[in-house]
This record gives sequence, structure tokens and C-alpha cells, in this order.
Amino acid sequence: MKKMMNKHTIITIIVLILLYGSVQASILLETINPFYQLNLILICINIILAVSLNLINGFTGQFSIGHAGFMAIGAYTSAIMTVKLGQSFPLAILAGAVAAAIVGFLIGLPTLRLKGDYLAIATLGFGEIIKVLFVNFEYVGGASGFHGIPHITTWTWVFFIALFTVVFIRNFIDSSHGRACISIREDEIAAETMGINTTKYKVMAFTIGAFFAGTAGALFAHYFYILQPSNFGFLRSVDYLVMVVLGGLGSITGSILAAIALTILNAALQSVAELRMVIYSLLLIVIMIFRPQGLMGNKEFSLKMFKRLGRGEKHGSVGNR
Amino acid sequence: MALLAIGNLNMAFGGLNALTNFNLELNSGELVGLIGPNGAGKTTVFNILTGVYAPTAGTIIFNDENITGLKPYIITQRGIARTFQNIRLFSNLSVLDNVRIAYHPNVKYGVASAVTRIPSFHIEEDALTQKAIDFLKIFSLEDKMYEIAKNLPYGQQRRLEIARALATQPKLLLLDEPAAGMNPQETHDLMNLIKWIRSQFNLTILLIEHDMSLVMGACERMYVLDYGIVIAHGNPTEIKANPRVIEAYLGEEVPNAKNQ
Repeated sequence: MKKMMNKHTIITIIVLILLYGSVQASILLETINPFYQLNLILICINIILAVSLNLINGFTGQFSIGHAGFMAIGAYTSAIMTVKLGQSFPLAILAGAVAAAIVGFLIGLPTLRLKGDYLAIATLGFGEIIKVLFVNFEYVGGASGFHGIPHITTWTWVFFIALFTVVFIRNFIDSSHGRACISIREDEIAAETMGINTTKYKVMAFTIGAFFAGTAGALFAHYFYILQPSNFGFLRSVDYLVMVVLGGLGSITGSILAAIALTILNAALQSVAELRMVIYSLLLIVIMIFRPQGLMGNKEFSLKMFKRLGRGEKHGSVGNR
Repeated sequence: MALLAIGNLNMAFGGLNALTNFNLELNSGELVGLIGPNGAGKTTVFNILTGVYAPTAGTIIFNDENITGLKPYIITQRGIARTFQNIRLFSNLSVLDNVRIAYHPNVKYGVASAVTRIPSFHIEEDALTQKAIDFLKIFSLEDKMYEIAKNLPYGQQRRLEIARALATQPKLLLLDEPAAGMNPQETHDLMNLIKWIRSQFNLTILLIEHDMSLVMGACERMYVLDYGIVIAHGNPTEIKANPRVIEAYLGEEVPNAKNQ
């Protein structure tokens, strides 16, 4: 068993190195055009956001739709660090992530007592409040935006931070602490009866999710030169929610696939901007009708899956992936 | 010495008194039944005992400690486990994970070790999994351990729920209608299981049940609850003969119940 896992790990590492290396090489050799480069970077940023939101919505079962709010906090905090305070980029990313995590913790404590729709509305309200705060905050440019942010984010930064996010959340989920979070999604009363401090784990998931959303915000801010509060509206939160639902609530690989697919779809539909939302919505309707559990359900995509399909087995071992 | 002592418990939901001056004592190792018509307040007693509701008045002393109004997860950690009237398994998770979650409060590694996968994480995680597998063996569920809980037959789901509750290492087990929806054969097996776990795990058990053959056959003492008031208390023979019980709950069927 151990040996087989190692084989899979090695294959995964080789694939990742090849992926990183080939993109990095084509960027250095300038064989890749800036439009593709932009979308590759967006894919990584979106993966961070989708996977971190999946921890809150998919694994812990707390329906949050304020993810763009945490992203905004990370983006603005990091930009203040580099532009106003002249700090280094890594420190700025960390500050953005920690600021988002602190806000996530403070927001999470009172709102996570709410359930389902009520929590969704509370987090929606939170996202809007953050947006309005930045509109009225002249120090960071108010409604006209925060200009002159250095362009530091590169493929290397986003690739490795996205990788770190995925590994972090996967390892977290595949531990007793992760199972405690999942048990809350399955049945909160039963989880509490098993001796699990559900409030602690809900707030923990929310804080970790916010931390990575803040990280993604920092990367976003230092790619686009300019930040506008309107970038972080309700629709952006919905974008990530769609990725999570489309990929499958409770599937990390599902979120990754959905983040890649939707980023590409968005880019492909750029030329027919008017039709974009129509096609986007149609796609969602079709998927929700034919595959309501999302692309991956709550399963993970793995090499073992192909072997299992080959043998025609139906059930995978959830405990032993 | 009493393991559990409930004194003058009152619970009001708005104007409705679900429990009035409820008293109950459990000695270590006893198997006691709590019966009563629908809506008598039996599950309310369980919900207060496990911290789901805070009582309007009264005290609960468990193991020489006042546990009134503590949070459910703390009460579980103190040693009270329960099952639910309508099974509450983690239905989309494997049988193994259902039990592993019950071991969570004993896990010593932190989030940081889990994320960084240091060797001690693997050692503890493997030990925990092995413990859960051994535990499932006791309940002959080990061949189902990778099965999704909701795909188990009803009787096995009940058994898994009891197994999961026992995995929290309780001193007191509260069973809420464990025989609901079971056929006579399954009820019989369950009765043997309950007697067996009681001696195996050194347990004290409080049982809510509608199935008279189970209650009368298994319990040493019982409390009868009606409209939130204890109307009778004693051994099964006394309860069967008690006119107030016959009137409130057993009706005219009592003479026949003896034949069951």
C-alpha cells in the first residue's frame, strides 16, 4: 500500500515539475503570448480561491458567499504594504493573508452560529460591507481605485502558492481535524455528540479559507497594477461559488478542474462578451440538471481511479485515499 | 453510589412544561428503562442530559460533577454518549470514518503536524485507524469498513451508531429507541447486543423504548413518564401492576403483555 502511494506521489511530482518547467520555459523564451500567460496566472489564482472556498462550503458545509470580501482584504492590505510602506512582496502576501484570516476569524465567530440560508445572507452582507468600506477609504484611492501597484506576481509565484494551498488543504482534510470538519457537514448534532467542538472547527475552516483567499488577493493585486472596489463585488464571490459547486462540493480536484475549465471558458468567450453570461448560465443549468453533485461529486481525481474503472469497481475507499 | 443523579429537573418550552420536577438516579452498571407515551418528554430528558437543551431548572450530577448546561461536546468528553431516535450517522462517509471521527477528541497531533505530515502524524493516524478497525471487529462490521454508511442495511446502521457512540469511551450510554423499525429477530439480536456491551464495556445504560418485550426483558428498573411527570418507578413486575401506568400508557393490553 505504502509503496503504491509513493509511486503515485512520484508520478504527480514529475507531472507538476514538467508543467511548471514547460510554462516557465515558454515564458522565458517568449513563445507564449501575453493573453495565455494572463490566463495561466488567473487559473492558479482561481484554484487558490476555489479550493479554499471548498474547505468552507464543501467540506465543512458552511454556505459562505463572501469570499471576494476576504480576497479584497488580502489585495488591499498587500498593496498598502508594498506601495505605501515599501515592504517586500513575500511580506506583503503574508500580511494580506493574515489580515484576511483575522477578519475571517472575527466574522466567523458570530456568523457561524447561523445555518444555511441565514449564514449565506450574513456572508453576502459582509462581502458588500468590505466593498463599501474600500469605496469610502480615500487612503487607498476610494472608488477610483488604488493605482501604481508594482507588477511583481509571476508564474513562479502563483504556481507554487497554488500548489502550497492545495497540499495544505488536502493534508488538513485528510487528517482527524479534517474529518471533524466533514462530520459537521454530515450532521452537526451528531458531530457535537461525538465530542467535537463544532464551533471551533467551523471557525477554523473559515479562518483557513479566508487566509488563502487573502493570499490570492495579494497575488491578484500585484498582477493587475490597479485595484478597484468594484472588482470584489458579489458577482466575483458567485464566480468562486460556481467553481466549487461545479467541481463538486467536497472534492479538491473537482475545484481545481472547475477553476481551470471556467477560467478557460471565460477567456474563450471574451470575444462574445454579450453572450458570455448567457452561455455561462446555460452551462450551469445543464450541469445542474444532469450532474447535480458536480463534476467530481465528493470523490477525488486520482490515477487509482482509472485502475478502479478498469476493474469495474463501484465503490472507492473513502478512508484510504 | 449514584453515577448519575438528576434532581428536580424542569424544562419549559414557552408555556409548555415538557418536564416537571423530574428526578432520576442511575447506579453504576445498571440498565434502566425510560418509557412513556409519545410526547411524554423522554427524548427531552436525553437532550438535556447531553447538553442540547439547557434546563429551565434543576441539576444533573454525573460522576460527582455538576454537568448542568455544559456544551454537548464537553458532556461527551466527560463520558456520556447517546444514539438517536432517527439514526444520525455521517451517512456519506465510510463506516471506518464514522468510528474514526468518534476518536477525534483523543487525537494529540495538531493542525500543523497534520499539514506538514511529520512522522509522528503518520504514527498516530495509523494507530487511530488500527484502533477503529479493531473496534469494528468487535461489532463484526470490519468487512463493511469501506462501505458508505448509508448503504448499510438498517439493522447494521443501528449497530454502527451504537459502536460509534461506544468509541467515545463513555461511562453512561443513552439509547433512544434503538429497536424502532426493527423486526422481532433484529430486536432480539439487539437485546443480546445491549446486554453484551454492558458487561464488555462496563457500562451504565439508560434506554428509551416502545418495544415492551425489549424493555421488560432487559431492564432492571424503569421510569414511566407521562406529560413530563414521572408517574411510576420500579422493577418491570411493579410497573406492569401499577394502575397509573396501565391507565396512562399500557391501556387494557397489560394482561396480555405478560404473554409476550
